[in-house]
Amino acid sequence: MSSTAETFQAKPATTHDSRWSLWLRQVAAIMRLEVEKNFFGKRAVLVYLLAFMPIGLLLMIAILPPGTRDWLDFAQYPLLFSIIYNALILRTVVFFGCAWIFMNLFRGEMVDRSLHYYFLSAVRRDVLMAGKYLSGLVTSIILFSVVTVVSMLLIFFPHFYSASVRFFLDGPGLVQLFTYAGITILACIGYGAFFLIVGLFFRNPIIPALLLYGWEWLNFLLPPLLKKISVIHYLNSLVPVPVSEGPFAVVAEPTPAWLSVPGLLIVTVLVLVVAGSRIRRMEIRYGGD
Amino acid sequence: MTVASEQTITFDNVSKFYGEILGVNRVNLAIPPGITSLVGPNGAGKTTLMNLMTGLLRPTRGRLSVLGIPTDQPEQLFRKVGYCSQFDSFPRGLTGREFIKSFLMVSGFAGKEADELTTEALERVDLVAAANRRIGAYSKGMRQRVRLAQSIAHQPSVLILDEPLNGLDPVVRAETIALFRQLAAEGLHLIISSHILHEVDMMSDRVVLLNNGYVVAEGAIHGVRDEMDVEHPMQVLIRCDQPSLLAARMFRDDNVVEARLHDDRRGLFVKTRNPDRFYLLLNEVVAQGEIEVESIAPVDDDLSAVYDYLIGAQ
Ligand SMILES: Nc1ncnc2c1ncn2[C@@H]1O[C@H](COP(=O)(O)OP(=O)(O)OP(=O)(O)O)[C@@H](O)[C@H]1O
Ligand SMILES: [Mg+2]
Repeated sequence: MSSTAETFQAKPATTHDSRWSLWLRQVAAIMRLEVEKNFFGKRAVLVYLLAFMPIGLLLMIAILPPGTRDWLDFAQYPLLFSIIYNALILRTVVFFGCAWIFMNLFRGEMVDRSLHYYFLSAVRRDVLMAGKYLSGLVTSIILFSVVTVVSMLLIFFPHFYSASVRFFLDGPGLVQLFTYAGITILACIGYGAFFLIVGLFFRNPIIPALLLYGWEWLNFLLPPLLKKISVIHYLNSLVPVPVSEGPFAVVAEPTPAWLSVPGLLIVTVLVLVVAGSRIRRMEIRYGGD
Repeated sequence: MTVASEQTITFDNVSKFYGEILGVNRVNLAIPPGITSLVGPNGAGKTTLMNLMTGLLRPTRGRLSVLGIPTDQPEQLFRKVGYCSQFDSFPRGLTGREFIKSFLMVSGFAGKEADELTTEALERVDLVAAANRRIGAYSKGMRQRVRLAQSIAHQPSVLILDEPLNGLDPVVRAETIALFRQLAAEGLHLIISSHILHEVDMMSDRVVLLNNGYVVAEGAIHGVRDEMDVEHPMQVLIRCDQPSLLAARMFRDDNVVEARLHDDRRGLFVKTRNPDRFYLLLNEVVAQGEIEVESIAPVDDDLSAVYDYLIGAQ
């Protein structure tokens, strides 16, 4: 450390850069620890189970195809996938998967009583938060975009092979595939920040997670202004094959993609700023919790 | 920021409440370099004071700084400070070496430097042989030592240790005390909490006596009496529920020269020529669970006279 300190003094003009390079190094060190835990820790089991849900279901359908009309008509498949994506993948697997991964970034270490080692290291707490958040992102994005892509391929190919090949190579299939994966990535970014903060503010995060779940499902009923304080609102307008929200939906002006992506990112940054100030004030009191 | 406060750990009218519960109240201290022991019975506020110094807790009232650094700035603070806390828990699945190295890297050390510092720290606590085993498989004493190694690995100038001798056998205890003395000789600030007065007496330069959240006394220790073991036996008062049973146990040790019941029949005075063996024996007796020990306090040296006067006889 002393040698770095000397270089700071020798070249004061680069102090600013050096600080950033220190922070980047620290974020990398934190991510190395955390990503390994996220993938191979014992808490990861639940995430794998969740992630396997849609894949397992679609495998079953591939082996035992249902005889209903929808499944016999290839033209219905993009809509079928959109329904499965919205209900099962986005709102269930990604939602609860992110809930588990991101809430445990801090909450899990309080349960394990190991958070103090980070708090006793020479690292700013907002840098720590950034490292943890990014590690959650790496994990959730890898897992859930794989789930998204595999699910989409599994719904098309086993039933109508050659039609599917045409759909993906000549038709809109490939673009849709990338769009769904992109929505999944945005969802991880948005839900990640929300659940990071939920894990910081609540001792028992199950209730707030369920409330958030209800909020997201009932989003279509909310007045336009409140809709904006949610993740699903921004994602809905991106879905390539729209699913009707039912007769009760309060139709807000559908946000165009060029607005909803930055909108979601801005909400995420705001949430992270609040989380950062919370972490700076946080105390370690494992026993008293 | 005065020059003095850049060399001391300064508490300025600091209070900490856990909701309604008092942790520490109106603490004013300026701790200089050397070994300072925090002494007091369970619940006195030793851990609270240490957690405040390291920013794990925020003061309800008052201000404090460590070598002039406010405790809410970890990036600066922990370049100077190492803390071996009372929490006997670890991140899952790491070996001793990975554990120490990982957190050095979190502090910003590059890989190679972190490797060297890790090895150095492991050598200092004599844990090199077990370094590549998972901490989950360590004994209590090894866990205590790997935590000590982790807290000194970045070569801090202030070292805060919460009951660092807990769980160590007498030989390792003596070695660890020697390590503390050596670190203090290298110019470090050491803040050590303990309730074993005999050891406090052996190793510290200064004592801060705490009781019920208040600093009740502080000051220098007059003389360290290394020769105590041989020259004259040490007398200890043990407050417990079955003093006569304890007396019977104690007489099995050759070093115990006298055991006498306290007048109120709720305590036992023991004279021993070998305090280390005595404490080990006492630990065994306590571990068997037959006898409930309330407190242990030496009765024949200056510090313990203060201790008894202020704390023992409440
Ligand atoms: N997280 C907490 N919540 C509520 N009260 C607490 C908490 N931690 C400590 N206390 C209270 O604060 C007081 C001081 O406790 P502290 O742990 O600092 O004592 P100590 O001197 O370290 O004791 P020990 O020798 O048992 O380690 C005690 O009355 C304790 O009950
Ligand atoms: Mg304590």
